[in-house]
Amino acid sequence: MMKEKGVLGICALFFSSAAFAQVGDMPGGPRVNQLNLTRGVTQVSSDIMDLHWLLLVICTVIFIGVFGVMFYSILMHRKSKGAVAAKFHEHVGIEIAWTAIPFLIIIAMAIPATRAVVAMKDTTSADVTVMVTGYQWMWGYEYLDGPAQGVKFLARLSTPRDQIEGRAPKTDTYLMETDNHMVVPVDKKVRVVLTANDVIHSWMVPDFGVKQDAMPGVLRDTWFRAEKAGIYRGQCAELCGKDHAFMPIVVEVLEQADYEQWAAEQQQAMQTAADDPTKTYELDELLARGEKVYAATCIACHQANGQGMPPTFPALVGDEAFVLAPMKNQIELVLNGRPGTAMAPFRDVLNDVEIAAAITYTRHAWGHNGKGPDPVVQPSDVTALR
Amino acid sequence: MSSVTAGHVPPTTHDHDHDHGHHGPEKGWRRWVFATNHKDIGTMYLVFSFAMLLEGGVLALLLRTELFAPGLQFFRPELFNQFTTMHGLIMIFGSIMPAFVGFANWMIPLQIGASDMAFARMNNFSFWLLPIGAILFTVSFFVPGGANAAGWTMYAPLSLQMGPGMDFTIFAVHILGASSIMGAINIIVTVLNMRAPGMTLFKMPLFCWTWLITAYLLLAIMPVLAAAVTMLLTDRHFGTAFFNAAAGGDPVLYQHIFWFFGHPEVYVMILPAFGIISSVVPAFARKPLFGYASMVYATAAIAILSFLVWAHHMFATGMGTTSQLYFMYATMLISIPTGVKVFNWVATMWRGSMTFETPMLFAIGFIFVFTIGGFTGLIVAVAPIDIQVHDTYYIIAHFHYVMVAGSLFGMYSGAYYWLPKWTGVMYDEKLGKLHFWSSMISFNITFFPMHFLGLAGMPRRYADYSAQFTDFNMIATIGAFWFGFSQLIFLWLVIKASRKIGEPAPAQAWEGATGLEWSVPSPAPFHTFETPPVVK
Repeated sequence: MMKEKGVLGICALFFSSAAFAQVGDMPGGPRVNQLNLTRGVTQVSSDIMDLHWLLLVICTVIFIGVFGVMFYSILMHRKSKGAVAAKFHEHVGIEIAWTAIPFLIIIAMAIPATRAVVAMKDTTSADVTVMVTGYQWMWGYEYLDGPAQGVKFLARLSTPRDQIEGRAPKTDTYLMETDNHMVVPVDKKVRVVLTANDVIHSWMVPDFGVKQDAMPGVLRDTWFRAEKAGIYRGQCAELCGKDHAFMPIVVEVLEQADYEQWAAEQQQAMQTAADDPTKTYELDELLARGEKVYAATCIACHQANGQGMPPTFPALVGDEAFVLAPMKNQIELVLNGRPGTAMAPFRDVLNDVEIAAAITYTRHAWGHNGKGPDPVVQPSDVTALR
Repeated sequence: MSSVTAGHVPPTTHDHDHDHGHHGPEKGWRRWVFATNHKDIGTMYLVFSFAMLLEGGVLALLLRTELFAPGLQFFRPELFNQFTTMHGLIMIFGSIMPAFVGFANWMIPLQIGASDMAFARMNNFSFWLLPIGAILFTVSFFVPGGANAAGWTMYAPLSLQMGPGMDFTIFAVHILGASSIMGAINIIVTVLNMRAPGMTLFKMPLFCWTWLITAYLLLAIMPVLAAAVTMLLTDRHFGTAFFNAAAGGDPVLYQHIFWFFGHPEVYVMILPAFGIISSVVPAFARKPLFGYASMVYATAAIAILSFLVWAHHMFATGMGTTSQLYFMYATMLISIPTGVKVFNWVATMWRGSMTFETPMLFAIGFIFVFTIGGFTGLIVAVAPIDIQVHDTYYIIAHFHYVMVAGSLFGMYSGAYYWLPKWTGVMYDEKLGKLHFWSSMISFNITFFPMHFLGLAGMPRRYADYSAQFTDFNMIATIGAFWFGFSQLIFLWLVIKASRKIGEPAPAQAWEGATGLEWSVPSPAPFHTFETPPVVK
């Protein structure tokens, strides 16, 4: 039995290595056999890369110098070549020189490093602030300001167990993919405020040059300004228990308009989740909500002024067939759509509160002012006709 | 120091037979259990630490086995975390630290012309605490919940979540810490009070100097570690909340306390190696050590600076701008005295008359690879770069270049250098050279690719990784097994030497070696320097 297991294990190794021969660079993550830091998409990550090159070059030059001398000595000053040992064992001048010169080199390194530290630490004047909470073993995101204010969600690893346990081939984003993405606007300063729920985690995105521990009961912040839209990936960088390797970070950087669109959808979705279809709503509540639903869902075809774009998208203003008519027909129309026309069914897209609010809105907007029958439609009316 | 010679070596072996016959070694197990002789205790320390090196090494190979390919093949992540944690703890507290104490026990009395260590019975006690600690570490794998899996750093609050295995670790750390403190006291008192007449401090071999400074570091830091783990213990079981922010504590406090111990600890594990290298290089260059005084001052400077830089391990916790700048500058400064040491070793070789027996090979190998670790240390001292590579494989590469290529190669250099003195025979030079080249090449195959992995962003302490990291991990695993099995060459070679297989070694085993230890016969008799030698 044990022997079989061993054989299986070895087979799995060969199988897996064969499977990875095909792996490509991860978008927003590591490249295959990447040798150096990433240039990234922020000024900070770019500065860090330059700093690293600077130090690498200086260190390499010193290394070659020192070991050039050592290997020259090893080759030339060997007993087998008849070398006779000199007697010197100190030299004040040279000893002062090799203390003082490194000191100057270190100062030369410290100046750009100081600039980078000061820049990285400046979390003021942020455009968007997101609270990030580390959990065993996932990340929570909550938007504290901007169009997405109040939006919050959890992001968990979305790599299937089958890939982790070797029953399915691994994809290019293996272990660095999540069900929900943190979404931020491009070219805006995003301040990330971090805490944790249980143990210490660390939020790392190499393409942003960001790594900040998230600690329970402690608040810390960091920031980034992504200069290029795209998806960027990172992982938890502080040992946090058994699934430490399985709580990645995925950040989606969108153009401002797309970000606002995403924020509106999230806001909508949050409200959707919070709606109570059995409640009786006031007219004002329905109108306010209806305006938003109309703006997010109906406006593309029927237009903000309700005039539509006839003949494909009929006008709602003054429409006697549905809008200024008893509610039954309009509710059924919205729920089921109208086959053969552009009017789609919304029964799975909008909930009863949203449908009722949108219909009520159309009965009051554009000078309708509730003049037709059934000026107010309640969610329960929609529920009854589903 | 290099000019030190024994003016008068008393004929110890002669007096011995009739006057001091009852001082010979006891027979059988009593010789070891009740050992008070510094050489016997030194031998036990060295054997123990090599056994722990093998145990820690097996854990490392288990890690590398899992990491050969992405995906989870062999171990659950919770077991993997136990392996990483215990690998670190066993290597540091079970292997490197005791090994250097073993070297100190054997060599310091011989180098300063003392008859034994100052506190012979405490010496026995401080050794016999070690196996207890080792048993606690090892047994903890088999308690409910397994061994400590919170990393060797045991950060709260993760360590507060652990099962009883964590308590085993805490208790073991207390015991091993007590052992280290006793060892340190013994070394300080021996060096300060038991030097032979004429052996002034500035005539001592550098190994005695570096150990003297190391011993002070140990005295200062082991109680700090004991405090840190005691606070963990009371947070775990007795209702305190030192590290629980919800109850008024602070999880960052633990890290400050731990690293106030942890950073000087790094130098505890490297300074004695500096001492060994400073003996070996002049011996095989047949030329006095360059800049003896500056070596002493550089060692002291490193030791003092080591107390002032601890928070460079904590840049990612998010400290204020000024503290981050301070810790960055202070850390970068350490490279200056460290550089002085490397320059001095190279200047010692310069225009020498060198031969390349195994101790010298390991010394040169040490200088070469330790310097790589030193340079990556300078690179990660720069806080912005550290933010990118902190807790990635770059750090693993960095400290293994310092701890394996540094501490371990330094110890091998010392072991080959003094083996003739310990065993009385010349070890098998061919096997020694094979051991060196095999270790040197496989070490670099194992750890060099980890720099790339870290720069590309692979976090450490991961049981699984993205497929883009596969090739370098496979190379590292292959290198690790090669490195691991290479160490068995050393074991075989030492067994041969200890069974007296080999050419008999003269008192002066190496042509260019200087120091009092070479004035006594090989193997060093059970008692040496019963009458102190006079040093000119």
